[in-house]
Amino acid sequence: MISNSERPGQCEISLAVNGEPKTVRVYPMARLLDVLRHELGLTGTKEGCGEGECGSCSVLMNGKLVNSCLVPALQAAGAGLTTIEGLAPGPQLTALQAAFLKCGGAQCGICTPGMILASRQLLDKKPKPTLEEVREGLSGNLCRCTGYMQIFEAVMEAAGGNPE
Amino acid sequence: MRSAPADFTLRAPGTLQQVLALLATEPGTWLPISGGTDVMVQYAAGKLSSRQLVSIWNLTELRGIEVLPDEVKIGAGCTYTELREHDVIAREFPLLANAARWTGGVANQNRGTLGGNIVNASPAADSLPALLAYEAELVLVSVRGERRVPYHSFHTGYKKITMESDELIRVICLARRFSGYLQYSRKVGARNAQAISKVCMAALGRIRNGVVEDVRIALGSVAPVPIRLTDIEQMLKGRRIEPALQGVVKKGVVAAIQPIDDIRSSARYRAAVAGNLVAEFLAQLVDGGTLA
Amino acid sequence: MALLNLPSEKVRVVQAETGGAFGGKEDYPSIIAGHAALLAMKSGRPVKIIYDRMEDMTATTKRHPSRTRHRTAVSKDGKILGGEIEFTIDGGAYATLSSVVLSRGVIHAGGPYYWPCIRIRGKAVATSHPPHGAFRGFGAPQSLFAMERHMDRIAQVVGLSPVEIRRRNFLKLGETTTTDQVIREEIDLGKFLDRALVLSDYHAKKSRFVNENQIGPVKKGMGIAAFLHGAGFTGSGERYLASVVGVEGCADGTIRVLAASTEFGQGTNTVLCQIAAEALKLPYDCIQIAQPDTNQVPNSGPTVASRTAMVVGNLVRSAAIGIRQTLVAGGLHDSYSPEEFQAACQRHVAEHGELRSYARYDPPAGVFWDDQKYSGEAYASFAWAIYIAEVRVDLSTYAATVEDFVALQEVGRVLHPILAKGQIAGGVAQGIGFALYEKVVWQNGRMQNGQMTNYIMPTSADLPSIRVFFEEMGNIHGAYGAKGIGELPMDGPAPAIANAIEDALGTRFDSIPLLPEDIFEAISNSEPSEIR
Repeated sequence: MISNSERPGQCEISLAVNGEPKTVRVYPMARLLDVLRHELGLTGTKEGCGEGECGSCSVLMNGKLVNSCLVPALQAAGAGLTTIEGLAPGPQLTALQAAFLKCGGAQCGICTPGMILASRQLLDKKPKPTLEEVREGLSGNLCRCTGYMQIFEAVMEAAGGNPE
Repeated sequence: MRSAPADFTLRAPGTLQQVLALLATEPGTWLPISGGTDVMVQYAAGKLSSRQLVSIWNLTELRGIEVLPDEVKIGAGCTYTELREHDVIAREFPLLANAARWTGGVANQNRGTLGGNIVNASPAADSLPALLAYEAELVLVSVRGERRVPYHSFHTGYKKITMESDELIRVICLARRFSGYLQYSRKVGARNAQAISKVCMAALGRIRNGVVEDVRIALGSVAPVPIRLTDIEQMLKGRRIEPALQGVVKKGVVAAIQPIDDIRSSARYRAAVAGNLVAEFLAQLVDGGTLA
Repeated sequence: MALLNLPSEKVRVVQAETGGAFGGKEDYPSIIAGHAALLAMKSGRPVKIIYDRMEDMTATTKRHPSRTRHRTAVSKDGKILGGEIEFTIDGGAYATLSSVVLSRGVIHAGGPYYWPCIRIRGKAVATSHPPHGAFRGFGAPQSLFAMERHMDRIAQVVGLSPVEIRRRNFLKLGETTTTDQVIREEIDLGKFLDRALVLSDYHAKKSRFVNENQIGPVKKGMGIAAFLHGAGFTGSGERYLASVVGVEGCADGTIRVLAASTEFGQGTNTVLCQIAAEALKLPYDCIQIAQPDTNQVPNSGPTVASRTAMVVGNLVRSAAIGIRQTLVAGGLHDSYSPEEFQAACQRHVAEHGELRSYARYDPPAGVFWDDQKYSGEAYASFAWAIYIAEVRVDLSTYAATVEDFVALQEVGRVLHPILAKGQIAGGVAQGIGFALYEKVVWQNGRMQNGQMTNYIMPTSADLPSIRVFFEEMGNIHGAYGAKGIGELPMDGPAPAIANAIEDALGTRFDSIPLLPEDIFEAISNSEPSEIR
């Protein structure tokens, strides 16, 4: 599919992505995941399963974690999106990202953007989570490499607590 | 991704009235899509037969939870997250709050809606047994007006619902009369999170003077539709729960359900687990009695 | 090259970081790449092929299913006298890697025990399934599962505990493995076992569970698995590979590692640079690593067999030392500072145009494998491990979950603590999935559950605390004493868990994955009375 050419059935959708206003011309049923990756070149968001099971495609939409493979583009019109690229306001990593690096929370990195955004969502709702709350908050993000242990450590470190 | 977006139309009229008008003009043509956690999965698999969709996500008329003295009215567009985080739902309707917590992960809970769960009518849907146990009522809306129907007659067969093709669910009503009941819910899936249920149960019970005064037992994933075990409920009313009853109840459960073998589990397993869960509920009922 | 009938200069492969591999990217990528290449040649345009998740799961390689039979002669005091092991694996429709998987499987089949006498028969069969292939452990998890289940069985028959039966049979310095390889390190598996028992609180928990299991539907149990894992290619494999690594001094004075090893999250890039930095006594930040590109790097062999840190790393060390020797020979003094090194490197490149050093794999003396007799040094070194699982079975749902897991392993030398811990934790998690959750549903040779919804791997809510501990005894054959650890953690969890479930329920389970439906069927067939 070639983007940005005139096609009947496409529509213009305006949204804010990582704080910047964007307008894309896409089919209304294009997946938000594909809009992010192909129209906007933001390839941090990954496709792991295409059916909302793995969380690799998670982004924050109006501050809420969603699986972008399950969002039709039209429903993102007017929304404010945060992808992994926009998590840090500048070149400096956030404390959460730094904790992932420090604790070994990322191995191959494919689950990592979604995992970090899910952690961000968790910490926004519960700044001092228990280990159980971390497990639950991240249960929609599958990781095959780490066995999750060092991810828990990273989140607890970012929360300022000690991993149990 | 096995569908071509170019082959699909999605419209998002801004108001409920506009959506209903569209549904009325071309009945059976437009498939409503809310959070998309079921529809978009079918779409990605290339299995969505409808090519024309109408978005009901963000229709304010379908959002919100209204708390009245005698009942709570949940907008059909409420997400699982909103259900989990609502004070009154968490306190007075824990079966529903638990089901919301068990459906998918956080990302899916932020998008999946109660109305969507009902209309999608999967026999494995987690919230439906809770709605049966609470004897929910649905308000259906169309250009022709509104009608209020008891939830227990909504599902007539596998994925068959008694709703006209131009209707939507507007609210789900729950009577606020269960605070004196023991509330039991349990979901059995292949893993602790992100699992489609193999057996799913929601039950309420009240004991007075050692005798069962009221009991409701609802199960999902053991029949083409979510069911209430009305025969067993009838048998239990007015009786003491004794150990000898366990065997009879388990047999009754097996007789009342029609579980299947499928890719996730077996009929025998489902039957055995359903029996065990009902027994577990009764054991808690005996111990817990009435709750303050 | 063979597919396109082109000489090597006309074929260039550039490997990107592609996400976790676990063996699934060992041979299958050649097929997809081959298709893309053929289409590109035919069309004259660039071609990209991406399988969606369902295509990927359904078509690409999976672990070889296996069946193992054990028959063992044991003395009354629990010493293994001799035995027969039949190890059969299902190769699918084409042989592909089956012979190599079979090889590793049979060599590990006897576990970390001394066998005075043994016969091991291995067989790979063709079936109507997509070909099976490399998956972390590569035959060893399959045969070790059988060995460790069997040890618990031997314990029962002889009347000893699972702890004692293992203690009496562990390999020691000077004894020989099933391939007549002499153990040349002072390994004391009994001591490791003791340590693991303490870490897991094994004895106290076992006593407690005997009481607690009397009441209620929840039954708990403890299970042990003891095992070994040989890193690097089996037998003469490394010799045939004849891997080559390069290290380059760049014009700006920094160092670049040239190796074909791929980074897929296990830390290849980090560890190889660490090794170069250590060898050159330079800060880690002075070292880069080239992207694996056939135009740029020599062939250091595939990123498999837990060989990267140990074998390739050793070559990086040698090649780096070669750089140092060249500069020292050119006037740089021995105890240089990083700045002095950098200056010397810049000078050398300015003067000679380039500064490169290569190291080729040299089979170590005293490591010899006889392909005909199938005996000798199967691996340059073994890593050793004791894993202990605590499981909980809820008889209202028949589901088994792991509540606590202790993974203790001797790995030569831990090169990077965080990466090493990550490998073990990740491998144990996969092992738990292997034991309790991950079933491929076949029908007429086709996988029916090729979706994340129906192929069940553990989420963060399903795993216990995985507690990782190391012992380090060094390794003369590995970089800075390291032994390969990438696959080791896959060998232990499944038998430890199956042993623990038997401990909890008193029912024997000898196959995995062990789903609640399987536990239900076994229990309802053996105990018709009600479960209390």
